[in-house]
Amino acid sequence: MVDINDYGEYKTAWCPGCGNFPLLKAVKTALVNRGLEPHQVLFVSGIGQAAKAPHYLRANVFNGLHGRAVPVATGAKLANPDLVVIAESGDGCVYGEGGNHFLSAIRRNIDITLLVHNNQVYGLTKGQASPTSDSGFITKAQPEGVLHFPFNPLAVAIALHAGFVARGYVGLEDHLVEILVEALSHRGFSLVDILQPCVSFNRVNTYQWYKDRCKPLPSSYDPTDWEAAIRLSQQWGDEIPVGVIYRNEKPPFEDHFSALRKGPLVGQELERVRLAKIMETYM
Amino acid sequence: MMELKCSLRFREKGGMGMKRERSVKQKRRKEGMTAHLAERKSVNILIGGEAGQGLQTAGFIFAKSLVRSGFSIHVTQTYESRVRGGHNTFSIRVGCEKVLAAQEGIDILIALNEETIDLHRKELTKRGLIIGDGEWKRKEKNWIGLSLKEFGEKTYWNTACMGVAAGLIGLDEQVVAKAIEDTFGKERSEENLKILKTSYRWLKEQALEWKKLPEIPKPAKRLVMNGNEAIALGAISAGLKFCSFYPMSPSTSIAQTLIDCAKDMDLIIEQAEDEIAAINMAIGASYAGAPGIVPTSGGGFALMVEGVSLAAITETPVVIVIGQRPGPATGLATRTEQGELGFVLHAGHGEFPRAVFAPGTIEECFHLTRKAFELAEKYQGPMFVLTDHFLADSYRDMEPVDVAKLSAVKAGGDPSSVKTPYLRYRMTKNGISPRLLPGLSEHLIVADSHEHTEDGHMTENLSLRPKMVDKRLRKGDGIRSEVIPPDFQGDKKPDVLFISWGSTKGAVEEAAVQLRSGKKKVGALHFSQVWPMVPDQFIKHLEQSKKVICVESNATGQFAQLIRRETGFVVQKRISRYDGLSITPEYILRHL
Repeated sequence: MVDINDYGEYKTAWCPGCGNFPLLKAVKTALVNRGLEPHQVLFVSGIGQAAKAPHYLRANVFNGLHGRAVPVATGAKLANPDLVVIAESGDGCVYGEGGNHFLSAIRRNIDITLLVHNNQVYGLTKGQASPTSDSGFITKAQPEGVLHFPFNPLAVAIALHAGFVARGYVGLEDHLVEILVEALSHRGFSLVDILQPCVSFNRVNTYQWYKDRCKPLPSSYDPTDWEAAIRLSQQWGDEIPVGVIYRNEKPPFEDHFSALRKGPLVGQELERVRLAKIMETYM
Repeated sequence: MMELKCSLRFREKGGMGMKRERSVKQKRRKEGMTAHLAERKSVNILIGGEAGQGLQTAGFIFAKSLVRSGFSIHVTQTYESRVRGGHNTFSIRVGCEKVLAAQEGIDILIALNEETIDLHRKELTKRGLIIGDGEWKRKEKNWIGLSLKEFGEKTYWNTACMGVAAGLIGLDEQVVAKAIEDTFGKERSEENLKILKTSYRWLKEQALEWKKLPEIPKPAKRLVMNGNEAIALGAISAGLKFCSFYPMSPSTSIAQTLIDCAKDMDLIIEQAEDEIAAINMAIGASYAGAPGIVPTSGGGFALMVEGVSLAAITETPVVIVIGQRPGPATGLATRTEQGELGFVLHAGHGEFPRAVFAPGTIEECFHLTRKAFELAEKYQGPMFVLTDHFLADSYRDMEPVDVAKLSAVKAGGDPSSVKTPYLRYRMTKNGISPRLLPGLSEHLIVADSHEHTEDGHMTENLSLRPKMVDKRLRKGDGIRSEVIPPDFQGDKKPDVLFISWGSTKGAVEEAAVQLRSGKKKVGALHFSQVWPMVPDQFIKHLEQSKKVICVESNATGQFAQLIRRETGFVVQKRISRYDGLSITPEYILRHL
């Protein structure tokens, strides 16, 4: 039986009190609850403070480039669908630099779990606005306040009929673990947007700010109702719904490839007889 | 090269006779070196028309029929960046022995529209003739106007004209019919076959008598392939399992060829949302054990460059094919150039080893792509195949390959053979660390784009940093030890030494042969691997030549510059072409 110690303890480069700490713990707990061994799991991350998270647990890791966690995760999942593939990065990495990959992963419905540490600010580059910063949010780089409208990842994902769309908050730890376990169990693309305060550069969206607003969805809520989900995704401000907001079961991308019916691409021998036949058609 | 007995002599009334020029010597003196090529040892056929008129299909069927009849072919295609209209050409040079390059001049001009005649009539050789729609009522003396309306529907006029040309040079109708069937499938061939029959019948009725191409008894079976197809098939034979791409001329057909084979060969080919995703997906797939290729062109490669660097530091195998076309930016989307050498040599931030192959023939497209896969897996990093639009589309005949004898790469090592604890980036003498794949054992595979420790985790340990840099660069020594030496042909200590790389191989070889027949001592030094460069392999040739001329399809002489940088040797002359067309032997001889 796997237990949380199998996932190790590491020194981190995060600020004391960072929202990443409870998030990391929730991820480890969810993996244990799913009964997954470290070698069965692949974390793919980009760049940013959030993207360092996979270095702080024991698992397979590919820490790639800023914005590019999702395509690397997609390639790895296609090569070996037996891997449990988790792409993990921050709001800037996934929604900003990697925006196009985010949209395409939803459209593919590739069976990866995308964990987005959403603290509404750039941490590693020291406090610029992120795609999810609220309009008017003042930073050193946006002294007049953010002029853009914020990116709404849940609304976009639901609009594209994503497989699984959820929002969690690190202050509601058990609730977050439940969401993560469900996301990991979902076959197909799953997005978990995780609210977590940046204690160094976001003085607005603090633990208290989120605590006052984040409300778990009632058990009566039906996440398969697309219109309800779209309406819910627009809620932000005094009350922020957290939980599984939308579910849409459909075959994951990798199910469509005949090459994978024999198992992972890795280890498949070259079919020389068939290649020779193809070569003959060039005669 | 054997002379083709195909003087295409009319015996018909009406004065259409074309006397073959027996003695060209005097003329040759007048016209200088180029005239050597006037002594034609092959036949050039050009099919011209608008995009959408089926000239590529007709050309391909013609080419296939020629090879099946035992001839060697060399195809050059030109087309515009549009789907319908414009002016496109498909030229086939046919010879009895291996044809190395294209040749200027047209012996048979198949005009699918009248504009083709106006654009190409000046290129007709003395014996050149024109085949087209009789309604145009052309006045050219060697005009063969077909009453195409009587042949059949307009859609099939390409087959009609091609059929007449095939009959004129003596191709067996059955061979052409079979090529049609194999191209369209039996069901969709019916109309084309009918019209082919009409063409051959018409030819007979006209009582035109020709000296045909010589009949080659029991022709050996050979493949007909273009550069991109050879790259795709070479890649599959090397163990490719994955390809991610974003469509871009001239490399799209590499992915398309793979897509066509995907079901039979159990491949995954994914059209990515952009080139950045394409290379990152291939890196992800390769990390997890699927050898992959990323085909693109200069503009797409520009987007991939950060991924090249990622493959280098994470030590992930990936093969990138860059089909060059003229830049900067969009440039000339469907023309050819060798302008990305410098870019590909230096692409990617940071310092790391790489190999860059530049195939010069279809065979090399196949085998050097294989080599790129082998090196990528062995040295765990990005390897490049640098080709161009000209070679990508150039159909040639090729000896069949015995696939059973080819080895395929195996991704990753044996988990039971590694020292524990397993370290993905273990320091080794040759810089190659044991590469395991995630999920196949209890070993954890940690790969990182940051500078990292031996176990793959990011580090700011500055005393480790130079060791990791050196470890990666040590792999470069291995890559260097496997460099394919440039191919030297011709006279030693020559008066003129041509240097070339990539797709210009055949043109340079043929120009060298022509020049040699003018009593000069001529050598040709061709590079099919342009990086790393090992001066000891070739510097003697440069130093022992009276005059060294570097031939390349770019304006700034990138390869000449590279030679100078790596050896200190300054070439005396450059022959450059950068008008978007491929270098021909005649072009070289004209610019001596």
